[in-house]
Amino acid sequence: MRPNLWQRIDMFVRHQVPLVLTLMLLLISVVPSHAAGLTRIGPMLALIAVYYWAIYRPDLLGIGAVFLIGVAQDLLTGTPPGVAALALLLTQAVVLSQYRFFNARSFAVTWWAFSLVAAGAMTVQWLAVSLVYGTLVDASAAFYGYLMTVAIYPVVGWLLARVQIAFLRDV
Amino acid sequence: MKQPSPSPSRLGALRSLVGRFAFLALVGSAFALMLLGKADTALIERLRGMVSDTVVPALEIVSRPAASVAKVIDNVREMAAIREQNALLREENERLLRWQAAARLLEAENDSLKDLLNYVPDPRASFVTARVVADTGGAFAHSVLITAGERELVEKGQAVVSGHGLVGRVAEAGKRSARVLLVTDINSRIPVVVGAGRLRGILAGDNTDRPRILYLRTPGAVSPGDRVMTSGAAGAFPPGLPVGVVSSVEETAIRIEPFLKRERLEFVRVVDYGMTGILRDVTASDGPVGRNR
Repeated sequence: MRPNLWQRIDMFVRHQVPLVLTLMLLLISVVPSHAAGLTRIGPMLALIAVYYWAIYRPDLLGIGAVFLIGVAQDLLTGTPPGVAALALLLTQAVVLSQYRFFNARSFAVTWWAFSLVAAGAMTVQWLAVSLVYGTLVDASAAFYGYLMTVAIYPVVGWLLARVQIAFLRDV
Repeated sequence: MKQPSPSPSRLGALRSLVGRFAFLALVGSAFALMLLGKADTALIERLRGMVSDTVVPALEIVSRPAASVAKVIDNVREMAAIREQNALLREENERLLRWQAAARLLEAENDSLKDLLNYVPDPRASFVTARVVADTGGAFAHSVLITAGERELVEKGQAVVSGHGLVGRVAEAGKRSARVLLVTDINSRIPVVVGAGRLRGILAGDNTDRPRILYLRTPGAVSPGDRVMTSGAAGAFPPGLPVGVVSSVEETAIRIEPFLKRERLEFVRVVDYGMTGILRDVTASDGPVGRNR
């Protein structure tokens, strides 16, 4: 049975959820927290989202979308354009190439793997920024930002899982 | 161990080939963008302006509750220390009143001396006040987005101040939003004068909380605690805006502690010094070079 028009529209809209959600997380990550010491080491929420969807719904967040998210992040945050795009693309590629490892793993394993992937992504960004500016930029803030990102992963991952169950269970 | 059977169809092979090619092409594009960002800063600035114009209305709505929550937390924290703070403030108030008297005296004296010298007054500065709606960048860039742009006559290069002192300069202005490059950003270069000797130097950010002072002719004459102000050299900035105090003097680097409190930024003022004509020429002639260190 072919789905009718409304069903197809409904499905299309639901399939945009990962992209829209990732862009929303990107926006949230730049809202000033006004918390002392936190502003410089804000977590990379978009990285978490890209990692999550690459594991659970790789069909809904393609590499084109990831590239666009990365460029949007660079343009929004003032980092040299292309830096975040590169890091996010590589993150997704690593996860997709290891899909057998990630298949039906427990949460703890996924979190641990994220800590490795995020370390790689941060290092790529740090290297790319240093390359663009032609000098080794300060890495301490990037390191704390990395710790922050890993620490907040369970919260964001849980939220994304709720959304996935609510909107994307059967589509 | 049994291998899972690979997809036998040619279509599958073709797909993975296309996928791999697309991936490589996008990675290549990312590198190309990095190059483009160095070569054509004007284009990237326009794109940034478009992005910030698009997101600022949404951010304005989201940032308000965040600011209110932060205020409530602040209030609670301040309640705890209200007594000591009161005593401290009273003491400080007395001290400041004495300073005020001294400043009044000096102001009058200064005015009369200027009269004697037929001094040409500085152009009058005007201000645009804007809300900070995004603190972007995290570890690799220090900038904020504000809710005023070309519509409010905000232009690239203008100085941005808060109650504490200099915040940074406008890096690019969209229609209704602008990005402010903080003094701590790696791209920030500001002509300053240091201490009572008014030594000229350039304040250069390096993405840490403590920017460095470069190109001082006599670095030995600087000591920790010296005040740092904008010098107004090159006409880029109004002179005399407080920037910070020297925090450490070492062989390799003189670092300052800026008055800028990044987490406290809620409203800032963009200073229009009435020198935009000069400024535009300055930024047009050395803009790209200036931005890329």
